[in-house]
Amino acid sequence: MVRVDGGTNGDSLICARALDKVYRRGAEEIHVLRGLNLDVSRGDFVAFMGPSGSGKTTLLNLLGGLDVPTAGTVTVGGDEITSLSRRQLTRWRARHVGFVFQTCNLIPVLTAFRNVELPLLLTPLRRAERRAHVETALRIVGLEDRMDHFPRQLSGGQEQRVAIARAIVADPDFLLCDEPTGDLDRRRADEIIDLVSLLVRDYGKTVLMVTHDPRVAERAGVVLHLEKGALQEAAHVDAA
Amino acid sequence: MKFLPLLLANLGRRKLRTALTVGSFAVALFLFGLLATIDNAFSGGVEVAGVDRLVVINKVALIQPLPFSYRDRLRRIPGVREVTFASWFGGVYRDEKNFFPQFAIDSATYRSVFPEFVVPDPDWRAFLSDRQGCVVGESLARRFGWKVGDRIPIRGTIFSGTWEFNVRAVYRGRRPQDDTTQLWFQRAYLEEKGPEWGRGIVGWYTVKIDDPDHALAVSRAIDEGFSNSAWETRTQTEKAFAASFVKQMGNIQLLILAIGSVVFFTLLLVTGNTMAMAVRERTPENGVLKAVGYPDSFILLLVLAESLLTAAVGGGLGLLGAELFARRGDPTGGLLAMFFLPARAVAAGVLAALATGLLAGLLPAASAMRLSVVDALRRV
Repeated sequence: MVRVDGGTNGDSLICARALDKVYRRGAEEIHVLRGLNLDVSRGDFVAFMGPSGSGKTTLLNLLGGLDVPTAGTVTVGGDEITSLSRRQLTRWRARHVGFVFQTCNLIPVLTAFRNVELPLLLTPLRRAERRAHVETALRIVGLEDRMDHFPRQLSGGQEQRVAIARAIVADPDFLLCDEPTGDLDRRRADEIIDLVSLLVRDYGKTVLMVTHDPRVAERAGVVLHLEKGALQEAAHVDAA
Repeated sequence: MKFLPLLLANLGRRKLRTALTVGSFAVALFLFGLLATIDNAFSGGVEVAGVDRLVVINKVALIQPLPFSYRDRLRRIPGVREVTFASWFGGVYRDEKNFFPQFAIDSATYRSVFPEFVVPDPDWRAFLSDRQGCVVGESLARRFGWKVGDRIPIRGTIFSGTWEFNVRAVYRGRRPQDDTTQLWFQRAYLEEKGPEWGRGIVGWYTVKIDDPDHALAVSRAIDEGFSNSAWETRTQTEKAFAASFVKQMGNIQLLILAIGSVVFFTLLLVTGNTMAMAVRERTPENGVLKAVGYPDSFILLLVLAESLLTAAVGGGLGLLGAELFARRGDPTGGLLAMFFLPARAVAAGVLAALATGLLAGLLPAASAMRLSVVDALRRV
């Protein structure tokens, strides 16, 4: 259940209240988000749409603890992350969030296996355990036979799938995807969105995704429009 | 250890640049090692000088002799345990370029005053029994391919004529820094074959004392004992005597320090620039690492580790090169007798390389650490 009116779901995984984000450029103040409210339940698949500069990525950054709001609060799983220090936020991200960016941002000198393993190096898992986790994640994204390939040896779609494997390998509470299909052609984009839908449907993941593509957004259970710093009522609600 | 693949992968992404940076460290540390070796060769005598030995020379100048009769008077001075002497021969073997020191020594006392030089007893006895016998240092023997039984002709420059010597023994030093480039022969041979004016005199005395703490008092007693005589003396510790020799060469240490400082400063700039470029290229990747939970301190340490590893590998190669070069021996053919890379220079080189690596990586590492995730990801 997704709400943007400030009311509570009771079982919300993510709860944003009165979020403001103001950027300052010299004397100029740019209000990107104004009093934004959002409640997302566990297992929701939410797509954010809106014109460029409407604050979609900023919202994602705030929900994922990559940035801090100028005002307002973000609570995830009962933890108010807006009150955490930079160091605490870093630790929190490692445990609770998986990120998928538009450009895959894989480390080009590491194999697919090593790229996916990166978040696990921060955990106390032993080598064999890490290997098992990585193989599972790569199997889910259908790239278990490409684990020794370097990013340059993979197609754009495969690279993005490796990035998704990296995002899910530590079994985070939710995934934040910032235009995950933005750099891909239609066919590859469909493959990626199929994969994201599978994560929601079969693995119960909560996914928040920014996209410009209405066809991609249609695959989400909920599409929210961000305009003038605020979310508009849910435009489409369906099972993921 | 689990982060090692990431560290090595980062170093391997621009192989040429990494190789050139490692090469810069290698060249700089090779130069450092070489300069340290030269410095050691000049000043090594000061460090190995016996703390319980005094050198007595003519007050006018080292080249002025002292009477042989002083030996017994020196022995009677309180605090003196043993007295030996030597004279500079100054001969030439085949060519003037083949410089090495030759001393006419007091064979009865020389070994007890200089126990750091080791001669097998049977060989020493063979030396004593042959008036034309000589003892050569192992470096010298290696240099000219001499062995026991060889006959060596040396042309005298101070003491004219050609002097024939039989190699009866080869001495070695107990420590690597001991000078093994000398040739010793018996003073009796010099007295016998040398000119009339050279008889009854010696070049200098070396006095072994009971207690190094009394060196000053014994030195004073010696010089006062011979004051107002025709052959006044100047007595100093062996260390001070060796240091005065080094001083005559000029301030070598300052020169080496100046060259070394310029080299390391240049290396700092080169490496700092390289690390800054490497970090700038990886800004989005560092953003991703931070996004997935790597702390800022990890990014700092990763960059520093990269810089330090480059410095350690390059520095190690350079010092290894310097060590191999030094092992080939004195390249001047005798001017730098103690030509070896001392352990403390290796330690100083390692420290200097690591400090340079650390300093070079510090600014780029700090900027990578401070960069916010959002700013880093924006630079895709």
